[in-house]
Amino acid sequence: MDTHAALYRQGQARLDMLRQLKSRDGQSLTSKMKEHGITRRDFMKWSASVTAMLALPLPFSTLVAEAAELADRVPLIWLHMAECTGCSESLIRTDTPNLDSLIFDHVSLEYHETLMAAAGWQAEENLEHAMEAYKGQYLLAVEGAVPTANNGAYLTVGCKGHTGLEIIKHAAEGAAAIISVGTCAAFGGVQAASPNPTGAKGIHEVVDKTVINLGGCPPSEKNIVGTLMYFIMFGKLPALDMFNRPKWAYGARVHDNCERRGRFDAGEFVEEFGDQGAKEGYCLYKVGCKGPYTYNNCPTERFNHHTSWPVLAGHGCMGCSEPNFWDDMADFEKPLGRQLLHGIDATADTVGAVILGATAVGIGAHAVTSIFAKPLEE
Amino acid sequence: MSKRVVIDPITRIEGHLRVEVEVDENNVINKAWSSSTLWRGIEVILKGRTPMDVGLIVQRICGVCTYSHYRAGIEAVENALGTEIPLNAKYLRSLMQTSLYMHDHIVHFYHLHGLDWVDVVSALSADPAAAAQEALKYTANPISAGEGELRAVQERIKGFVETGKLGPFANAYWGNGTYKFTPEQNLIALSHYLKALEVQRVAAEMLAIFGGKSPHPQSLVVGGVTSVRDMLSPARLQEWKQKHAIVTDFIHRAYKADIVMAAAAFGGEPSVLGGVNVKNFMATNDFVLADGQYMFDQGVIMNGDLAGVTDINPDLIKEDVTHAWYKADGAQHPYDGTTVPDYTGFVERDTVYGKLPTLDGDGKYSWVKSPRYDDEPMEVGPLASLLVSYAKGNKVVVDSVNGLLEATGLPIGALFTTLGRTAARMLQTVIVAEEGLKTFDAMLVNMQSDESTYVKPVMDSSQEYVGHSMIEAPRGMLSHWIRIKGGLVENYQAVVPTTWNAGPVDANGKMGPYEASLIGLKLEDPTKPLEVIRIIHSFDPCMACSVHVMDFKGQELGEFRIDPNGQ
Repeated sequence: MDTHAALYRQGQARLDMLRQLKSRDGQSLTSKMKEHGITRRDFMKWSASVTAMLALPLPFSTLVAEAAELADRVPLIWLHMAECTGCSESLIRTDTPNLDSLIFDHVSLEYHETLMAAAGWQAEENLEHAMEAYKGQYLLAVEGAVPTANNGAYLTVGCKGHTGLEIIKHAAEGAAAIISVGTCAAFGGVQAASPNPTGAKGIHEVVDKTVINLGGCPPSEKNIVGTLMYFIMFGKLPALDMFNRPKWAYGARVHDNCERRGRFDAGEFVEEFGDQGAKEGYCLYKVGCKGPYTYNNCPTERFNHHTSWPVLAGHGCMGCSEPNFWDDMADFEKPLGRQLLHGIDATADTVGAVILGATAVGIGAHAVTSIFAKPLEE
Repeated sequence: MSKRVVIDPITRIEGHLRVEVEVDENNVINKAWSSSTLWRGIEVILKGRTPMDVGLIVQRICGVCTYSHYRAGIEAVENALGTEIPLNAKYLRSLMQTSLYMHDHIVHFYHLHGLDWVDVVSALSADPAAAAQEALKYTANPISAGEGELRAVQERIKGFVETGKLGPFANAYWGNGTYKFTPEQNLIALSHYLKALEVQRVAAEMLAIFGGKSPHPQSLVVGGVTSVRDMLSPARLQEWKQKHAIVTDFIHRAYKADIVMAAAAFGGEPSVLGGVNVKNFMATNDFVLADGQYMFDQGVIMNGDLAGVTDINPDLIKEDVTHAWYKADGAQHPYDGTTVPDYTGFVERDTVYGKLPTLDGDGKYSWVKSPRYDDEPMEVGPLASLLVSYAKGNKVVVDSVNGLLEATGLPIGALFTTLGRTAARMLQTVIVAEEGLKTFDAMLVNMQSDESTYVKPVMDSSQEYVGHSMIEAPRGMLSHWIRIKGGLVENYQAVVPTTWNAGPVDANGKMGPYEASLIGLKLEDPTKPLEVIRIIHSFDPCMACSVHVMDFKGQELGEFRIDPNGQ
């Protein structure tokens, strides 16, 4: 609890500092919420749920609430690299009631190519102005990987023909913190899959600052907004795992909290899509689920206002929040078995890789024993 | 003395698009170049992988039409392997497409295209009471357009403007003379912009019910669909129907009404009454109704001749790379295309913004290829789809188009305009939403006697397979082409809507739809080219979709250096 108390004090100090800064659009969150018919009570409930999601003790919910009200002090620049815009799409689909998105537009969104009204020369001016005016203060969110082959020529943005690589390096210099939104920005993603023809890399590989990696294709809007909230509250990065993913979101395996976990333990498996097991909601391990090797909160948070997630829709997890999953987790509709992950042939890459490898072996053994445990009706 | 205007980035689209135009002394465009400035090489990555994973990989081509490439990839494999999927799977795939369209077209009109029509700053001087009356002219029961609601929207925007900090609305072309809505009309549309943010979330949930999530649903597999539990659950089915009703309500009471309002306000604005200069259109049949019928028809229209509509011959599709950053010997059919990158960079010259690196129109200037049908450029998209169905006498489409023409008092020629292209997208949304319920009912009836949703595909690794799929993505006709050998992907090509529309000039000097649409357009202020943005947005650009097009037959990727100054 001592660390929690220290963290709380740190958060308070940070918010005191933010409170001194000028509001960006002159309208308080309270009045915005009123316009949207969101009561104070709803807001406090939301704050408590965000607190729980961030794995913080309940008293921190007052800090979350204060941070939300102060969020408009933090300028946000969102850049698009080699990507499909799926992460931005995920963000705009954030839950009803509109509180999350309200918080988002309450943040001072300085540059976002999908959403901004300006275009061309004027858009580029906005970016340059924001990077200059808020130097050292702005949050930099990046969607997409950076093509690095041939001096970055596979991507240029703006009238001046700068490469994505040049833009990212420049933008990273003045950033207070950098968030890689989605697996492409975090780990290179689909364009970095073998043979990676454009030399696509994750942001952390081309800048010399710590980058928070939000794996997922796309990551849920909860993980994006939650990370933002943490930074605003504490002015520092949350606890991160070996791949720099926030532990509060990526601390548990999909398999650990899966709604079909009981089926796995009972040895009840879907053998073929559409079979009786599929209709009953049996475990998808044998048709390729990568939940045992994947760290994310999909089973608890789901997607699209808790509507569903891939396992509920009868398809196994494809491991989309893990580095190199396009190569390491394929074939997606076959079980991975005992194949070890993440640098098996590299010499003791990291301790974590070894641990993860051990886990994979454990899962394999677990699966084998589960298969021998016959379903009750047989 | 002609001047060069450079627009990069074109914002409010998917991906990275650059447009350059040359204007004469009267600010009339006489030359135009469209370029994609990103290349990702997805087809290279597909080579040597199992065909069963193709769908999930090609899905990542685009996160906006996130379902279209997924489905097209899986159906190309099914076509190659000769897999006939169960009827329930066909219905469900069609319903998921219905959900996608209802989401995608709303987001396009309000959040990507809307600010080309709506002047946010002008809305501040509107009288909310008068605006509420105005809204009643375009529908009897407008949504989010009561006096109180409009006042609240106005106050919210005022907060932004008064501090001089417009956030995402900053530094746009506000005040441009080609914005034609009155302040009251701008306020109505702005209110719908905000309401649409809520409604599109509901539409996305429709896709997630049977898809697991959106973007990037995950419930399709070669051989069928996986979400059989959701299909068998009365609660889930009802949930879809309920959300469908909410979104359809918005489509009628806001989207349709706003288009009628735009037709009235912009009916005399020259910059939106041109913009359809390639009068060739192509669309494929899609959306399964009961009894094997389709909601929209397939066909080809040349030179705007509706009476001469013909069926598509897939053999006549070829891709040209004369002005694209690839090397090839002449135009090639997608099954046999080769692609070798050949990046030549920019050329520095004077522009309205001073000296800048610019596109080399005489040489190569885009990562997008130029697809041609029988050597002709074609426009694809909602306008093409409706025109083909109209020409073929599709009753639902004919009634819908004629209904709109009656409501606006416009002749059929009005469809061949930027405004018409934007209106066609709305009509398609209305048809998809209403007719989609027939698909839903057909699935329910069929599920009573048949619960099958999947057949196991059979692939013999000693055999070679060739196949393709053609579907209608929200942005137009999409085709995927695959060769399978040794149980692995040997070759893959995606010929996508934005490639048809945005491609550069071909070997015969023929411009694609984007470039041709800009010729003759007069700009009010070349340094603030709103008119160009509006026309380009009317096509609904999706650049990531168009720039991964590449097959791979073992050739080395060229090494080159970027040289923004062309030196």
